[in-house]
Amino acid sequence: MSLALVVMLPFMGAVIAPQFAQAGRTAIAIASSVPSLVALMTLFPYWERLAGGNAVIQHVEWLPQIGLSLSFRLDGLALLFALLILVIGILIILYARYYLKKHENVGKFYSLLLLFQGAMLGIVLSNNLLLMLVFWELTSVVSFLLISFWNHKQDARRGARMALAITGGGGLALMAGVLLIGQIVGSYELEVVLAAGDQIRAHALYPITLALILVGAFTKSAQFPFHFWLPHAMQAPTPVSAYLHSATMVKAGIFLMARLYPALAGTEQWFYMVSFTGMITLLIGAYVAMFKHDLKGLLAHSTVSHLGLITLLFGMGTKLAAVAAVFHVVNHATFKASLFMAAGIIDHETGTRDMRRINGLWRYMPHTATLAMVAAASMAGVPLLNGFISKEMFFAEALELNLPGIWAYLPPLVATLAGIFAVAYSARFIHDVFFNGQPKNLPVFPPHEPPRYMKIPVEILVFACLAVGMFPAFSVGPLLFIAASATLGGEVPDYTLAVAHGFNLPLLMSFAAFSGGLVMYSQRQRFFDFHERFKEIDEKAVFESVVTWVGNLSERVTNKLENGSLQRYALLLFLTAFTVTLWPLTELGFSIGSNELSPVDYPSALGALVLIGAAIGTVVMHRQRLTSLILLSVVGLLVAVAFATFSAPDLALTQLSVEVVTIILLVLSLFYLPAQTPVETTAFTRWRDVGIALAAGIGMTLVTLALLTRPFSSISEFFLENSKPGGGGTNVVNVILVDFRGFDTLGEITVLAIAALGIYSMMKYTKLQAPATDRLGNPWSKDPHPTMLMQISRPLLPLALMVSVFIFLRGHNLPGGGFIAGLITAVALISQYIASGVDWSEQRVKTPYQIVVALGVAIATLTGVGSYAFGYPFLTSWFTYASLPVIGKFELATAMIFDLGVYLTVVGATLLALTSLGKLSDPSTKVSASHNEGGV
Amino acid sequence: MIEIALKVTIALIALAVVLNVYRLIRGPDATDRVLALDTLYINAIALILLLDIQLDTRLYLESALLIAVMGFIGTVALAKYLKRGSVIE
Repeated sequence: MSLALVVMLPFMGAVIAPQFAQAGRTAIAIASSVPSLVALMTLFPYWERLAGGNAVIQHVEWLPQIGLSLSFRLDGLALLFALLILVIGILIILYARYYLKKHENVGKFYSLLLLFQGAMLGIVLSNNLLLMLVFWELTSVVSFLLISFWNHKQDARRGARMALAITGGGGLALMAGVLLIGQIVGSYELEVVLAAGDQIRAHALYPITLALILVGAFTKSAQFPFHFWLPHAMQAPTPVSAYLHSATMVKAGIFLMARLYPALAGTEQWFYMVSFTGMITLLIGAYVAMFKHDLKGLLAHSTVSHLGLITLLFGMGTKLAAVAAVFHVVNHATFKASLFMAAGIIDHETGTRDMRRINGLWRYMPHTATLAMVAAASMAGVPLLNGFISKEMFFAEALELNLPGIWAYLPPLVATLAGIFAVAYSARFIHDVFFNGQPKNLPVFPPHEPPRYMKIPVEILVFACLAVGMFPAFSVGPLLFIAASATLGGEVPDYTLAVAHGFNLPLLMSFAAFSGGLVMYSQRQRFFDFHERFKEIDEKAVFESVVTWVGNLSERVTNKLENGSLQRYALLLFLTAFTVTLWPLTELGFSIGSNELSPVDYPSALGALVLIGAAIGTVVMHRQRLTSLILLSVVGLLVAVAFATFSAPDLALTQLSVEVVTIILLVLSLFYLPAQTPVETTAFTRWRDVGIALAAGIGMTLVTLALLTRPFSSISEFFLENSKPGGGGTNVVNVILVDFRGFDTLGEITVLAIAALGIYSMMKYTKLQAPATDRLGNPWSKDPHPTMLMQISRPLLPLALMVSVFIFLRGHNLPGGGFIAGLITAVALISQYIASGVDWSEQRVKTPYQIVVALGVAIATLTGVGSYAFGYPFLTSWFTYASLPVIGKFELATAMIFDLGVYLTVVGATLLALTSLGKLSDPSTKVSASHNEGGV
Repeated sequence: MIEIALKVTIALIALAVVLNVYRLIRGPDATDRVLALDTLYINAIALILLLDIQLDTRLYLESALLIAVMGFIGTVALAKYLKRGSVIE
């Protein structure tokens, strides 16, 4: 898995490199370049195989069920991009060593840079589209962090947010597109997808698939109309711009188009969508670049324009155009990265990037000036430089494009016009910055050459520009050939890489671009004046206002639905349930099924009447809080008795224990609430709610009646049959809870634990004023712990605990279990708090309940994890039977340990919540009499 | 014989439940209501036990046990509230 290693190396470096941050910038730069160097050495031996036109694929299954595999692919295209990422990566690391200041967080910077490098390598080396998507998203996230590296600047944060919103949104579109490809082809592996081009193109979903994937590629590669994020991302430190926004991240979209070229290209839709997007981007970028006074702004728009050029080349659909596109990727990366670095040096040495102030730098930094001028000349397309060769190829292809009628003139015209703009802004970069008089009030003066090593990366890249420009066939010929063959999926057309192809039409177009560009630059003031007339749109403000608008909208919708009123939630819930159920119920005809109704016995009927009466009483008396609480307890009790009557002993036990805890809980809160609820509703809303409640209640009755009177088979049969053989217990309810659905239970007790800890932390420092008198205005009793109560409650504790142990132990086979036992224990302990007070109890229970809660969840989880040790999946239970004298045969099951975890969590959570509430009152307001410890 | 006895007992307990509910709704004081609730718990124990005898099973004994052990703690909490306001202090 050496390819996986190549991808993993930078990620490992991202963890290790920051450890060297203390040792200084040089140490961390050296440590950070190790992954790239090792990766380059790992890739080197593959050259022979790739040169033969083969692809290396390394495959490990990951999640075969969804088609996701750890599968990596190295072919010419991937190698070309990997080399760009790694080589320019090393240069950037060296450059950043001198760019960053000593006090800056270099550890974070290098760590993020390496993370980004790893993610990029992941994109280009993935052989699985889903895997690629993961890395794709990773680049969006890491680029967000890199752009906002100086997060004290508002502009940087906004620029980063914009980049994330656009590229992240594009990532979603791409995901949809990739999933569609997977649906069409039946696999996400690239070799399958690339071979299924005809199948994809013929499929009915092809247009939408193509559009989605292109949106992903266009957002990432800053194509119109998504191009605006790139100039705003220039708030990033310059090494980031040089790396992400010239050589790697923005090329990811281009890479995607190249990668999927055999699968998606060659149709009219592809042609129109890609080539026109490219054309518009090419023009807009080049045009706007001329008017940018910010050095990096100019470079950013030029990048947008060059990305448009590459996109246009891919869109043309001819094989030669694709070769030219791949070639221009390399050329653009070299000259643009070196230009960004030069811009960073100038920014570093002068303290500004404003070209109206930076003039005449030739005198102060001739070495840097020479390098920047060569690179800028390459950007303009001057002969003997690499930019010239790919631009000639582009011109030639633009001429070849046979559009119908008068449209045939469009591509060459656009190409020449963009060429003119490119020459103009390149000329501006050279002339404005290095000549054109004297510098005007620079923050740092006089500027001088940067440290020697800071120029080395620029020198290497400029050397590459020259080498490719003068000896193209020798320097990049072989690499370009295999990259082109991988892009096209086989056959490569005949092409010659040469400095000049003789006197032909493309050369003429170049001449036109040059003379036009120089004229345009000399007349720039007129163009500036012309441009000034239009109000410039501030994309950032527009973007921010759109984001704010969407945010406000969602807030309004949320507030409508979730306004904090329980009545509103209940209203929505019941209305929805009623509406959803009504239709199928009318279809059923409100009929009663064939099953016979069971006879009515008088006690049950009486119980039902009392239940209904108590329920109505609760509603009617709801303003008298205490009375309605007592009536509610009657409801709870009768429901428990009903459960018992209708053969659900487990439910009865649970209901009873919950009932008691509920009373204590509500009484605890009642203390701080007014005795009477004020009238807050109108008569209309009350009667409306009565209507809804009646409708929902009657509806529920009808549904139950319709269901229970019809024969139906349920899942219960399965549980009844498998409870004993599968879970070792005869109490199906408990076996389901701790065994069959143990994972559910684990989740539930975790939620319980979180809720209890939440209550604890919220109540810990809250102090409420206790009312001075009771609800009738009488003074409180002066005896906090009546002797009689204390004396009766103490012997009750061991009795209750014994019942709790009994219920716990028999739980697996008979009604009971950890949950009920936990509630019994909790209630027994709470009775001691009530009778003898917090101080008395906490002297005796030393363990804080937070620990009990945590212990419970830990035990339950560890029981689950324990089954891994025996080679079984999470939470597999095991049981056996053992026998002891006196007690006899009994069952031992791991599910019981799990149940112990449930028990502890319930005890801890209940006590934590109740005692937190009990400790709410401010001690100073409490009526404290003689602290009666009573004859203990 | 036992059947008739059962029926009579159940009828009597049911009557007691009705009277409990009457006191519970009538009041007039909160203490009356709490007392009524407590008595209702006792009657619920009796009803469940009678049910067990009638159905000839022991499945529901624990429910009765639980009401006996825990039911009165609810009453204690309510009583403490009426007397002191703060239940846990």
